[in-house]
Amino acid sequence: MSDEQATSNQGTALNWRGLLNTLSPVLALVAVFELFVLIAPSSFATVRNIEMIARQTTIVGVAALGMTLVIISGGIDLSVGSIVALSTVVIAWLLQYAGVSPLTAALGGVAAAALFGLVSGVLITRLRVVPFIVTLGMMLVVRGAAKGIGREQKIDVNPEQLAWLDDLLASVPQDRSWMLLPPGVWMMILLAVAMAALLRYTRLGRHTFALGSNEQTARLCGVAVDRVKVIVYTLCGAFAGLAGLMQFSRLTVGDPTVAVGLELNVIAAVVIGGGSLSGGEGSILGTLVGALIMTIIASGCTQMGLPNWVQEIVTGAIIVVAVALDRLRHRRTV
Amino acid sequence: MGIKVAAGEVLALVGENGAGKSTLMKVCSGAVKPDAGQMWLGGAPFRPGNPLEARRAGVAMIYQELSLAPHLSVQENIMLGMEPAKLGVVRWGQVRQRALDAIREFDNPELTPDARVSRLSVGSQQLVEIARALAIGCRVLVLDEPTSSLTQQDVERLFEIIGRLKQQGKAIVYISHFIEEVKRVADRVTVLRDGRVVGSSAVAAITADKIVALMVGRQVDELYPRSDRAAGEVVLEIEDLAGPENPKSASLQLRRGEVLGIAGLVGAGRTELLRSLFGLEPVKKGRIRLGVYTGPASPVKRWMQGAGLLSEDRKEEGLALSLSVADNVTLSKLKGFGPLGLVLPGRQDRATRRWLEQLDIRCRGPRQPVASLSGGNQQKVALARLLQHDVDVFLLDEPTRGIDVAAKALVYKLINTLATGSPGEGREPKAILMVSSYLPELMGVCDRVAVMCRGTLGPTHQIDEVNEHMLMLEATGQEATA
Repeated sequence: MSDEQATSNQGTALNWRGLLNTLSPVLALVAVFELFVLIAPSSFATVRNIEMIARQTTIVGVAALGMTLVIISGGIDLSVGSIVALSTVVIAWLLQYAGVSPLTAALGGVAAAALFGLVSGVLITRLRVVPFIVTLGMMLVVRGAAKGIGREQKIDVNPEQLAWLDDLLASVPQDRSWMLLPPGVWMMILLAVAMAALLRYTRLGRHTFALGSNEQTARLCGVAVDRVKVIVYTLCGAFAGLAGLMQFSRLTVGDPTVAVGLELNVIAAVVIGGGSLSGGEGSILGTLVGALIMTIIASGCTQMGLPNWVQEIVTGAIIVVAVALDRLRHRRTV
Repeated sequence: MGIKVAAGEVLALVGENGAGKSTLMKVCSGAVKPDAGQMWLGGAPFRPGNPLEARRAGVAMIYQELSLAPHLSVQENIMLGMEPAKLGVVRWGQVRQRALDAIREFDNPELTPDARVSRLSVGSQQLVEIARALAIGCRVLVLDEPTSSLTQQDVERLFEIIGRLKQQGKAIVYISHFIEEVKRVADRVTVLRDGRVVGSSAVAAITADKIVALMVGRQVDELYPRSDRAAGEVVLEIEDLAGPENPKSASLQLRRGEVLGIAGLVGAGRTELLRSLFGLEPVKKGRIRLGVYTGPASPVKRWMQGAGLLSEDRKEEGLALSLSVADNVTLSKLKGFGPLGLVLPGRQDRATRRWLEQLDIRCRGPRQPVASLSGGNQQKVALARLLQHDVDVFLLDEPTRGIDVAAKALVYKLINTLATGSPGEGREPKAILMVSSYLPELMGVCDRVAVMCRGTLGPTHQIDEVNEHMLMLEATGQEATA
């Protein structure tokens, strides 16, 4: 066999392995789902339940899209839960006290969230303080700001003001069954496709990977490191704001105390999906799978009548096992 | 190789970078296990399994890079790992006493048991290291390039202390590049080259010139192709450039179509010169002109101005190891790989394949992670980035470090091709500024060469007007005596 043939054969082998690598999170998802189909009551595999799983995943899923970007860049954002709460409060405040349209209110919430992401990014790059600390601080700052806007109270919204806002994650009504999934879920899917494309096909995406893989190399190669970081944290804030919009749609009140600790679920989703906390690795598909796996476990355990504490133990174990498996796979491929 | 050092004697070990001095001493201090051979200490066989065992046996090594815990105090550092304790509770009274005993003889006001090590000058920090070695009662003290980061005053103080330790009957091995220091401080000198002892003599009985001749003595081989090159216009000009520490003062002119080498010892400030040129380190003063652009600029700008830097450290800085070959090659210019500024992986791969072929980079394809390539192939990937970017000015820092001979030959050939250009095919000659610690390589590749010594760049010499001997003298801070 000539050298050329050998190379091309290796090329195909590599592609197969690459394909397997991309699909492995999906296989894991199917496996977990099938497991519950086997052991949970028959109501688990119904369309209705699947739709519910999709709806329940949306809040974590949307926030996790932004977090994926941050984690690939080698950073972390602990302020996501607080930003979700802030976003609900801002939306409710705009609807109730400023009397703006639902769309303006929604955009206002997302913009406020993006602004706080921007602040995190600027602080991280200007002060040269590690993201963990900056966003830990921002977690409290933003939570405080949300409580301040709501005067330590939930902000109730007049039901007429809501219009379409409470439909985002509502179950699809019979007369619109062609939609299959609620608009909020579709939004998550579209955003996921957009983010995956951004990561793969744009300079920003490639620079984010380079930054996370080796910041020094990125600097050497003329990547505007600080600018990329600011954009990444701003986007993460914006996605947290969108997750807040979903949260608001579900609660229909602005609640400054909602989503405490949500950032940990979001980080877990990214990590289960193959994201590495040391940066340079992660994928949107993986992240969504990670978020889905966590919801499926919660849903399955509920249907089996297992108490909450069992769910938590199972979820915790899954996080560690998933990452350990991922490391193992890595050691073999590299 | 065989060396011997007696009690109450200072033995100097000299040799070029990579001659094996530091490795030899790592073997003695237990950090590296020998493949073959024997060691004796005070007449008994000596086989340390790790640095701790060597220390217990009485051999202590003071490394180039200080190995102190900067946040701890002087006394804590001196007694680190052997704190006198009762039931796990440290007995601070004893710690203090023993630390005081160890530092008393240095008679240095800066050294107090409670001072935080990070607040001390580098010279004093080194004394803490020596005190640590004394506190465990060492008999053999190995100093590896102890003066490379010291001020003249600290050097004097160190020599005084070495003299005193010698009188106390300690055996001292002193590793250095600087011949003048060796002549002052050592009793005997042993020269290493390519991992062998090539000469050994009493210091009084040998001249500095003779030592250098022993260090260099190699013949140039046929590795280095050299076409007719025609130096063109000046593309890079720096004048009295200074950074925060190094370089202290550097001036040079680099022309299109020539290879300008910068020789010097490790730590002389050559890397810092390239890095401040490229905007990776701040410029304190001086003028830089690159093409039509003047003044310092960020790496982002430098790439746009047509310069590219090859880092000396490809694992830590040069390459993003977890990314693919294609991503690494194209990272500095992700343009022209698709419509609307998009980056299409297929086109990245196509551009990369060209370099895989031209530079004979052995890999499974453009998508293979760089981490799994051999050192030589990794270096070619790092070089391919500059070629893909199509820069005019190549700043190469140790371009052949840690790669095999075949890869080296390819790099030399590439440098020659770049500097020569080929007007027929529309390829202009490039300008190449190359830092190397390997003199034969500089002699073989460069048109002109300048030597950097302790942060200052000397005058540029035509390559046929100098030899390795002269460069080595200049690099070790001797007056050239040609």
